[in-house]
This record gives sequence, structure tokens and C-alpha cells, in this order.
Amino acid sequence: MNLSWLMPESVSTFGPALDNLYYVILWITGIVFVVTEVVLVYFMIKYRHKEGRKATYIEGSSKAEWIWTSATAVIVMALAIYSKGIWDTIRHPDMFPENAYELNVTAKQYEWNAAYAGSDGQLGTSDDIVSRNQVHVPVDQPVIVNLQSEDVIHSFFLPQLRVKHDAVPGRVWPIWFEATQTGEFPLACAELCGLGHYRMGGTLIVHSKEDFASWLSEMQIEAEDDE
Amino acid sequence: MSSAISMGDSHSDDHHHLGFIRTYIFSTDHKMIAKQFLVTSLLFLAIGGILAAMIRWQLGFPGQPLPFNLGAILPNTMAPGGIILPEFYNSLVTMHATFMVFFALMPLMAGVFGNLLIPLQIGADDMAFPRLNMLSFWITPVAGAVMLASFFVEGGAAGAGWTSYAPLSASGEWTGVYMGQILWLVSLIILGFSSITGALNYVTTVIAMRAPGMTWFRIPLATWSLFITAWLLLLAIPILTGGLILLLFDQTIGTAFFRPEGSGEPLMWQHIFWFFGHPEVYILILPAMGFVSEVIANRSRKPVFGYHSMVVALVSIAFLGWIVWGHHMFQSGMNPFLGMSFMATTVVIAVPSAIKTFNWIGTLWKGDIHFDTPLLHAVSFVALFVVGGLSGIFLASAPVDIYLHDTYFIVAHLHYVLVGGSLFGIFAGITFWYPKIFGRMMNETLGKIHWTVSFITYNLAFFPMHNLGVQGMMRRIYDPNQYEFLQSLQSTNTFISKSVFVFAGIQIIFAINFLWSMKKGKKSGDNPWDSNGLEWACPSPPPHGNFAEVPIVYRGPYEYSHPDREQDFWPQDEAPVDDLDGPEYTDPNESTESNDE
Amino acid sequence: MFVLGKNEKLISVTLLATLVVVGCGGGDSSDSAGSSSAASEATVMENPVDPSTAGNISGSVAFEGSAPAMDAIDMSGEQVCADKHSTAPMLQTVVVNDNGTLSNVFVYVKEGSAIEGMQFPTPSAALLDQDGCVYTPHVMGVMVDQEITIRNSDGLLHNINASPTEQRGFNTSQPFNMETSQDFGTPEVMVPLRCDVHGWMTAFVGVVNHPYHSVSDGSGGFSLSTLPEGDYVVEAWHEQYGTQAQTVTVTAGGTTDITFTFSADMANAVVPMRTPIDPHDHSLVTDHQ
Repeated sequence: MNLSWLMPESVSTFGPALDNLYYVILWITGIVFVVTEVVLVYFMIKYRHKEGRKATYIEGSSKAEWIWTSATAVIVMALAIYSKGIWDTIRHPDMFPENAYELNVTAKQYEWNAAYAGSDGQLGTSDDIVSRNQVHVPVDQPVIVNLQSEDVIHSFFLPQLRVKHDAVPGRVWPIWFEATQTGEFPLACAELCGLGHYRMGGTLIVHSKEDFASWLSEMQIEAEDDE
Repeated sequence: MSSAISMGDSHSDDHHHLGFIRTYIFSTDHKMIAKQFLVTSLLFLAIGGILAAMIRWQLGFPGQPLPFNLGAILPNTMAPGGIILPEFYNSLVTMHATFMVFFALMPLMAGVFGNLLIPLQIGADDMAFPRLNMLSFWITPVAGAVMLASFFVEGGAAGAGWTSYAPLSASGEWTGVYMGQILWLVSLIILGFSSITGALNYVTTVIAMRAPGMTWFRIPLATWSLFITAWLLLLAIPILTGGLILLLFDQTIGTAFFRPEGSGEPLMWQHIFWFFGHPEVYILILPAMGFVSEVIANRSRKPVFGYHSMVVALVSIAFLGWIVWGHHMFQSGMNPFLGMSFMATTVVIAVPSAIKTFNWIGTLWKGDIHFDTPLLHAVSFVALFVVGGLSGIFLASAPVDIYLHDTYFIVAHLHYVLVGGSLFGIFAGITFWYPKIFGRMMNETLGKIHWTVSFITYNLAFFPMHNLGVQGMMRRIYDPNQYEFLQSLQSTNTFISKSVFVFAGIQIIFAINFLWSMKKGKKSGDNPWDSNGLEWACPSPPPHGNFAEVPIVYRGPYEYSHPDREQDFWPQDEAPVDDLDGPEYTDPNESTESNDE
Repeated sequence: MFVLGKNEKLISVTLLATLVVVGCGGGDSSDSAGSSSAASEATVMENPVDPSTAGNISGSVAFEGSAPAMDAIDMSGEQVCADKHSTAPMLQTVVVNDNGTLSNVFVYVKEGSAIEGMQFPTPSAALLDQDGCVYTPHVMGVMVDQEITIRNSDGLLHNINASPTEQRGFNTSQPFNMETSQDFGTPEVMVPLRCDVHGWMTAFVGVVNHPYHSVSDGSGGFSLSTLPEGDYVVEAWHEQYGTQAQTVTVTAGGTTDITFTFSADMANAVVPMRTPIDPHDHSLVTDHQ
């Protein structure tokens, strides 16, 4: 049985910061959880009905209320402020990297179709390279993915890169990430999209920069042969 | 009104032989209507539970035929050879949630307890609009029949999730479900009117029909929570109904509110749905919070710790609940600044919930706690709601939500608040007020067995779901093994399924207890719990008209273990002996000055 | 006050009526209307055509011009299927044979006064197989109400998404090795089928209300047999090159030979199912197909 609270290994630049925030929240909520439940059980036992002992008539305590209200408010607001930095890094348009490699991913029931610029260097033209259920990116290089959908809402989920964003039909949503390790990593759909939703998987293939360049040119040659 | 009016005036005997139909079928008596809601809600709760068991069968034993040859009764379009098909699985998750949220929890909270408690706790003879009340009930089984019918039409029942995101839900071409999706919409459109008419009654009754002396801050927290819930219903349900109608138009007459091929906007559905949806989750929990306050105070023989701030917290949650809806949409493509604002409002709403939790614990502190079944359920509510609330903190953080959104972490969170919270709160309410409804106590032994096994198996089933989510398991997935990175989680899923089966199975003890006690339970008398509320100042069950005379209220509802008294409780309507006990009662038309803080 | 007044009577009757209407009107057979488990006819119908006065039509479909090259299908994401193909599987949109003929052309009797109004017995089930993530056959013909057995020979998720225009379609899944039955109740040429899990998988079903249909085979040949003598309009349909019709006369005891010719420069008859989206247009896409 897997009962781990540890996040799986992350392979993107988002990983450390996001995971850190997760662990901070885990610690805080963990401590609150233990303290609250222990106090609850302790009171249940200590103040259980005993012949001859009456309850103490207490209507409340303004002081206590102020203390725990402000403590809670301070903690949660601090978490929100802490979260803002990471949120902006991942999502803010101003934080999108300048030198990113751009590709399109179009979701459909039940496949992910990626498109890369062909030999003309332009994305969205007829010589684009296409791959089905495999998304190829270079390592240590910011990547922008333009998410689209042909039919219903899907969600582009790369668990090990801490990437998730909906693909909404009628919209194009750009997202960015930077992989820090080569290898193959799971891609999953994270929004119910019909009967094949459970099997709308793919692979993110992170190449070394050289391998990516050679893969790209190989595909470009193949594409030219087809024309 | 002059003093001590006999309520018998408006209920004279001559037209009181109402016959079977007017007493049991088309009744305008709020207590009978509460019972009717109780019957239908528990039935739908059972149906929702069966659907859940089927979901867990597929997840625990993927691709295996249903046991006990159950597959034989299901058609090949749902489960050929007893093996659940993916599209039927999607219908199961959709309908499980739909039945539980709309046909079990909502009617239990508002329909049963709103009807039962509000008039009794405020000292009224019935609701403000008894015939509207009757209509409000009867809409529910009609809507329920439509929803059940959707299983039997071509294409099967709705399969786009209870959240029914467009465009998946806007056209049958994406799911293969045509009529089923339409019936889902029609059923909920109809059902909305039950909530709206009911809420209208509750709000009016609490404002206009309180007994003399029942000032706002002497109203018990159960009625307070139901009153605030009624406001949420009045304001939120029409929004849902509007959205459902637009989606129905997209489905049937070719409009494109949400369909992108006609320049519609799928995200608008999400905004409409969640603008309703978030107040909805507070509708689903606030009344339970009220029941829990009553039960803990009564069973600890202590006032609710911080009664006033409990009311302020209820009102705050209700207000704040309107401005957090975007946290369901963090990953949909919103401007990150908007995401930041929703993150801020969402973390703030944790504060009043925390206040309530600390106050419940404060109520237990230095109490004289009686471990009856209602108390066990009420304390479980607190313990489990804490888990649900804390898991919400992870989700409130928008970046952490990037990872956890649409995973089993959400499933864990929602079940901790809706089952650990609402359902256990409802069990607390039913076991506590059962004697008032039926005049008999529920069996304590069966109650304790039911609670113990439920509490344990519930946690065994749902706690590991947090871990599944952290490992990345998505929700609404027919077979996680299709993803290599999820294959190691199968043993956890099987364990969860087995726990769910036991949890579902033990509810039979509750059902037996419920039915058996109706006739064979120990007679309860008026006030078996030595409680202060007005609902206990009349017979169990109360007669038509409830109170022989209009009760007069002298104090708040939580005067337990007052130092000046021998008895550890002090009913709200007990007349004061001298000035020390409370305000001298003179005339109900003059405002009485409250002398409690 | 508690006597059942006019309003209460009205409300009660309305509620009861609604219950009844919903209860009766909402129900449909639990099997989809298209799937039948047994032959719908209780007795086997006699073929109304007298074989002693019947004739046949046979022929082939020729292809002129250079055959367009078909793309290879990339099955690397579905190893189970990729392993079933010893040579690279190709799209079957245009299959031109070595003898200059065209396969997968659906040929059928479109009009014929001699068979007008005749009721033909429903044949036994036709098989559509999903094997190696390819539909076999790619084009098939069935009669109205004839059972189609759809088989999943791959043991992995396929869905069969039928999108006819003259009748309600279906979209049903087969997550493992299994068979499902479907049929079509209205004549339609042609009903497109696709698998959404494997975007290259498409098939076409021609539904007619008589048994005179055929699909051109690996040498471009087709045949329609046992037709009553008379004049007929015979149509040939191809998914890329559209339709052509010919008038044919069938003589008793004879076989009339006809040829259809499609050429490479014929216009695309079938609009592609989805048009690509401009990735740099961040505004709402309005002409999404």
C-alpha cells in the first residue's frame, strides 16, 4: 500500500519551489491536525461524565477567540503570500521565458497531438512535424506549449514536472516549463473528457539538447520526403 | 396577541379528521413533511451508496465482473458479462454525486431538519406557508423519478460528471449520452423549485413567527444555521437553474452558450456552475454545524462556547462563500491576478471555520460529557471536518493546486467534509431528534456499533485517498492501471474498496435501528435529553399545532449547568421564579431586554 | 381550511400526472435501439425474388492517373497493435491495386422499379473487426436492421463512434476483447465510423434496404446477384473521390458487366472531419468545425 505523503521526484524548475510550499503546508496542517485531535480526544476522556462532577458554566472567552482567530488568519494569509511568488513564476505572462522553444499540443478525444515547427522554422504551417501522444522537448531549455482542444475540455498533466493546465476548445492557452532531466515522463489527461479519459496517456520525452536537434532534423527530413 | 394564547383556536376539532391521504400523502404539517423528506432522502442515500459501491468495485477489482452475478441485471450497454464499461463508469461517478448532493444531503439538511426544527425551536405552530411547504416536498420525488428514469433511456444516464462541464455535457456527440443528459438537466431544474420554495418558507418563518421572547440571539444554533442556509439556497439555486436552462437549450435547440463551434464559451458554464457551486457546499454543511453545536452543548451539559461568535462565523462563512468560486477553476486559464484574488478569499474563509472548530472543542472543555450515540457522531463531525478543512488549505494554495487539482486529493477533501462532516452531522441530528419525531429512542447498542464501525471504516477508506492524490492519481479514471506511474497504487485502491464495502454494509445496522425503534424503541417522553430548546417543551411526537399554548422565551438556549441552579439544564420557556433568573416577563409586545452577554 | 380546496386538487392532480408522464414517457428499452440480441423477425422471411427470372450485375472499378501515396500510420504509442503488423500499416483512404483498380468502393443499387416495395429477409450478422488497431473491413455494406458484430481483437480500448446523419448514432466502448452488436434502422450511404482512441482508425458502413450491395475487393471487382430483370441505377461511392452512377439493365439469366472509373483528379467528396486551429490566434475560434 502506498501511503506516502512524499511528492514523487520532480524533474522541472518548478519542482523545488512548489514541493517546498507543499511540505510547508503539510507541516503546518500536520501539527494543527495532531494538536487539535489530541486535545479533542483528551477532553473527551478527561471530561467524561463522572457521578458527582458538574460541568463548569463557561459561556466563552473573548480573549481566546481573538487569539485563535488572529493566529489562524495570520498563518493562512502568510501561506497565501508565500504562494503568490510561485504562482506568478508559473503563470504570470510577464514571467514567461524569452528564449523558449515553442510547440503546440492539441488535445482531442482521446489523444494528444503535438506539432513542432518544420524546416521553415514557423509553427502553424503545413510543414509542421506532428507526433501522436509523444511530446518531445529539450532538457534545460524553457519550453512554451500552446494548449488547444478540438472537442471538449481536457487537462494537460505532467505530474513529475508539476505542470497542469486545461485545454479548452475555442481557446489557446500558452503554458511554460523547463525540464531538468532527460528521460521519459508520464503525460496524463486530468479532466473528464468522455469514455476514453482513463486512457488518454502520453509520454513527455526529454532529450539532451543535441539529441533534440538531431531528432528534429530527422523528422523534418521525413516530413519533406512525404511531401 | 395577549398572553397565553391557546393554539387550539386555529385547529378546532371539527375538520380534523383528515383521512389517510391528507395525513400521510398530501400533508401540510411540517413534521409530516419532514418525515416524508426523511424517507425519500434515505432512499436516495442508499441509491447513491450502491452507485458508490459499483465505482469502488471497478477501482478495486478492475475489469472483474460484478460479484453475486449482479451483472446479469445490467444490460450490455452498461456492463456486458458483468464488467463495467468506461462510459457506464462515467455515469456512475456522475450519478453517485448527483444523487448524494441533490437528493440525499440537501433534502436531509434543509428538507428534514429545516422542516422539523424551525417551527419547533422558535415556538411556532407550523411554517409560514404550509401548502407551499407541501409543494416543496412533492417536487422532490418527481425530480427524483426523472433522474432515476435517465438510467433507462437509450444512451444511459448522464456521464459528464456532477459538474457537467461543457462542451462535454452540451452535446451527446462527445459522450454518447443524449436523453440521459437532458433528463439530468430537467430533473435538477425541477428540483431547484423545491429548494427555493422551501427556503422561502424557512426565511419567512424564522423572521415572522418566533414566539414572544425569542430574540435573535436566543435562537438555537440549529435554527440559525438553517436560516442562513435558506438564504444561501434562495440566492444560489436560481443561478444554477439559469445555467441548467442555458445548457438545456444548447443540448436541444441548437443555441451555443457554451459550445465553441457556435462562438460559445465553455468557461462560462464553469463560472455559472461554481458561482452556485461554492455556496452550495456551504448549504451542505452549515446545518450539520448547527446540529453538532446543539448536540455537543447538550451532551456536555455546557453552553456552546462563544455562541455569539458562532453566529458571526456562520454569517461570515455564508458571505465569504460567494467570493471564492474561482478556486475550482485555478487551472482553467484564468488571469493569474484573478487566481491570486481567489486564493486570498479562499484562505480567509478558513478562519470562521477554524473559529467554529475551536469553539466546539471549547464546549467540551470542562464539560460533563455523556457518550451517547448523538455525541459520538457530533464529535466525529468535528474530528473529520478538521481533516477536510486542513486538506482544503493545500487546495487553496493555487500553485499546490496545480499538482493536486483533479486528483484523488480532491476526492479525499470533498468526502471528508461531505461524509465525515455532513453525513456524520446528519447521523448526530437523526439520533438526537429521532425521539422528537417518533416518540421513541433509538437503540443505543446498535447506535454505538454503527458509529464505531462507520467511523473506523470511513477513515480506512478515505484517508489513503490523500496519498493517492499526492502520488498523482487523477479522478474519474476507470482504470488507473492504464498509466504505468499509477500501477503501484492498485493495492491501495483495493484496500479502499474493501473498506468502502464494509462502511456501506454497516449502514444496514442504522437502517434496522431506525425501523425497529419506530415501534419497539424505549418511549422517550417529551425531553429525553434534558435539553433547553423549545422543541423539547412539547410532546414527542408533537401534536398538530405543536404547542398547547404559545411558549414564552425567557433565556438563551444553552443555559446548561448554570451555577445558580440545582438542575443542569434550564429550558428556554421555563418561567422565572424571581428577578435573579432572568427578565421579568410582562408583555410580549414590549421588547424584552436581554441580560445575558 | 384543511378541506381539499380547488387549488390543492389541481396541484395534486398535476403532480400525479407529471409522475405518470415521466414514468411512462421516459422509459426506453435498456438496450440501445440499435443493438439487438436476436433476429428481429420471428420467422425467416422468404426471398421475394424468383431466381428463374433473375440476373446479375458484376464489374470492376478502374483507377486512372497516378495513385496518391498513403501515409504510414505511426503506431509506436500502441505497441500491442504495432507488433501485429509485419510491414508498416498504411492509411486505407485510397487503395489502388497493382492492376490499376480501386478497392473499397461501395457499389449498390440506388434505384430500381423492379425491387421497389419488396421486403427482403434480413441476413445474418456481418463482422467488423478491430485487429491491429485497424478496422477490417474498411468499407462494408449491410441491410437495414442487419446485425453488425463489432469485435475487439486487440484487447485494448477501442471505441466505435458512429456519426450518421439520417439517424441516431452510437458511441460505445470496448475496453478489452469482446463483441458488441449494433444495427442501423434507416438506409444511409455512408455512415462514418471512427475510433477516438486511435485517430487513424476510420471505417464506413453503407446501409441499404435490400441485399444488392458490394464492396470492390483487392482486384477492384464487385458483384450484385439475383436481381429481378429490369432497369436499375447503380451508384459507386468512394470516400475520397465521391460518387458516380450508371443506369444498368438486368436480363433474366444474364450477367451485365459494368465499369466505374475514378481518377486522381476528382474532387474530394468528403469534407475532413476537423479543421486545424491557428495556434497563434488567442481569440475565440469561431469557425471551429
